[in-house]
Amino acid sequence: MSRRLLAIRAIVLLTAVLGLNYVIWRWLFSVNWVAWWVAVPLVLAETYSLVDSLLFGLGMWRLKERGAAPAPDPDLTVDVFIATYNEPIELVMRTARAAKAIRYPHETWVLDDGNRPDMREAAEAEGIRWITRSADWAGMPRHAKAGNLNNALLSTEGEFFLILDADQVPHPDILDKTLGYFNDEKMAIVQTPQFFENVPESDPLGSQAPLFYGPIQQGKDGWNAAFFCGSNAVIRREALMQLGVSRYVGEVEVGVHRALRAARAVLRSARRDLAPDQQEVRGALDRILAEIRQARRALGQGEPLFDVTYAFQRRVAEIRRELVTADLTALQSDLAAIAELEGIADDPDVALGTVDEDVLQQLAHRDWSPLGAVETVQALVNAVDVDRGGEAQAVMPLATISVTEDMATCMRLHALGWRSAYHDETLADGLAPEDLATMLTQRLRWAQGTVQVMFRENPLVQKGLTLAQRLMYFATMWSYMSGFAALVYIAAPIIYLTFGVLPVQALSTDFFARLVPFLVVNQLLFIVVAAGRPTWRGQQYSLALFPVWIKSFTTAFGNVFLGRSLDFAVTPKTKSAEGGRTRWDLVRPQLWAMALLAVAALVGIVRVAVGQAPVFGTVFNVVWVIFDLAVFSVIIQAARYRGFEPTPSEVPEGAAGEPHEGAA
Amino acid sequence: MIEFAVETRDDGIGVVTPQGRLNMVSARRLKEILSELVAGGTHRIVVDLGETTFLDSSGLGALIGGLKSARQSGGDLRIARVSPAVMTVFELTNLDRVLRARDSVDSAFDD
Repeated sequence: MSRRLLAIRAIVLLTAVLGLNYVIWRWLFSVNWVAWWVAVPLVLAETYSLVDSLLFGLGMWRLKERGAAPAPDPDLTVDVFIATYNEPIELVMRTARAAKAIRYPHETWVLDDGNRPDMREAAEAEGIRWITRSADWAGMPRHAKAGNLNNALLSTEGEFFLILDADQVPHPDILDKTLGYFNDEKMAIVQTPQFFENVPESDPLGSQAPLFYGPIQQGKDGWNAAFFCGSNAVIRREALMQLGVSRYVGEVEVGVHRALRAARAVLRSARRDLAPDQQEVRGALDRILAEIRQARRALGQGEPLFDVTYAFQRRVAEIRRELVTADLTALQSDLAAIAELEGIADDPDVALGTVDEDVLQQLAHRDWSPLGAVETVQALVNAVDVDRGGEAQAVMPLATISVTEDMATCMRLHALGWRSAYHDETLADGLAPEDLATMLTQRLRWAQGTVQVMFRENPLVQKGLTLAQRLMYFATMWSYMSGFAALVYIAAPIIYLTFGVLPVQALSTDFFARLVPFLVVNQLLFIVVAAGRPTWRGQQYSLALFPVWIKSFTTAFGNVFLGRSLDFAVTPKTKSAEGGRTRWDLVRPQLWAMALLAVAALVGIVRVAVGQAPVFGTVFNVVWVIFDLAVFSVIIQAARYRGFEPTPSEVPEGAAGEPHEGAA
Repeated sequence: MIEFAVETRDDGIGVVTPQGRLNMVSARRLKEILSELVAGGTHRIVVDLGETTFLDSSGLGALIGGLKSARQSGGDLRIARVSPAVMTVFELTNLDRVLRARDSVDSAFDD
């Protein structure tokens, strides 16, 4: 073990011990229960931060610095995919030319989700292949970037592929330096940093993520949980295809069971409403109910599902033909509802295995005519059966459950026993958003995607993952809950300074003797693992973007559990049109927080002056306020930022990228 | 290299026999052959894997794609004569749990 890792482990242990010592003591002896309405939120927020710190420490425990990869086999077949939707053609071509110039033999493809003739012409004029969605996708859910890549996977055939966003310009050696990791037959993904070249050294928008593309990924790598981040990564096709097929099997199994259950309910309800003289119809419905029972029994006994559904569909079709003559009039009103049903799988956010139980229940309780009921049964089973009527491709290798497909895909690959690697060397130069509005949209999108995955496929309960892998995925999701903690950290000093309500029993020596050492070692850990990389921006933004984190939580919750839309937006790669005006409206909650903090500090000082408040507690809280204001000051910088103007001295160096890992 | 033997029997059942390695390179060809068969009115298809020496997940994907087309036009796709080595690929993805391999091509559509 290196001396660096040894030092890191010592500090991790010390942080954990001091952190537990502080927070346990807080719960047992220090909560001011009289003021529980502020005391309990504060101790909960502190507990949240401790867990965040412990998870961070767990990652650092196995920090893995890989160095150079082994030399790759010279005969691998590789595709380079450039995913684009609406980016300017010249921007895509800049990336495409660089991709074509990659040294290791490969084929370069522009995956044009916008299906633009100009794009095609520009690419093909330079000998670069161009692909857009196949006819299979007409009228089907498109699944954004994941769908774009899934489409390309079925039209290409390389053993490996490199994924690039339209604005990530690759270095010529990107494949030479990464393919060697695939000498390990179980290696599925190699991720390299996302670094942005259009960012000044001060990085006012917090675009670079030197801590994430660095120690955090290296720590996850140590537990075989390095994340796939959507771009600048090389992937083994076989791993992804295997994932696609096994997911397909799993979703069909779940879907068919649910569909049969709902079908039974629909038929029973239709049967209840029959008039006594409709003997013929009742007989038909009974026969279908018997078929459903039979199908469920067969599945329960482990009969191959495709045989069961095939036989079932044929019998229902026969019975339906007999019924058509018996009942035509009542059908009209049901047709609309059936059409709706066929739309079940058209919602891009709904994968088949996750077809909402509630939707099925609602359908089951509608008043159906007998023929309508039978049609419903057929449509239900069709929607989820083998052919996945509602999807363009039966097999979707890249996960489509989340607006950011990368994390879910990677987690599923790990659950299948594949490995991933993080190679800590910048091998592509990207473009970051240059204005506040775009930056906020992008952060919201990442956060929503992560939280969606947490709600839909909680890593803590995924089979096939090791405990450490579960925790590494969970850590990232946990870090996005910081918005709620931030609210408390803003409110607590305001409440003390203005009303004199103290959430702790006493600001005693005991309190500081436990708190201060913890804060100090926690910062020390950051300094040591960062090894010279800047961390302050990341720490600022993890607090200062609290409205974004909270919104990501509430919208993802609404989306996953209440079926609401996420208002998903593609991140624009160019400056938004209304440059020039400072968009204070975008950061209104932060400005309010700053104003309230400043006013509270003044009130506190006045209260001390007139002898209404103790000096020590006020000073402590004013220092706290000053810290909060220093954190929030980045928002002012960000709102006033007018875009990147390169100067010769401002060529940033080092790894960087997606700042979706907050500080502790 | 891989060859695909394709025949349509008198009873209207199409039989496709991939001969050799069915991998990411040849999977696309198989998918095309299967779609063409279905488009041409052959809705019941048997894929005879008896002469397939190697199969990967892309090959499985092509089989599922063919199954989807066949089912959508009211038919079905069956697989027959799967060797133990090829079967392990089915098992890795649990596809064996839902898609049953038939012992012979002739009996593939008996039930």
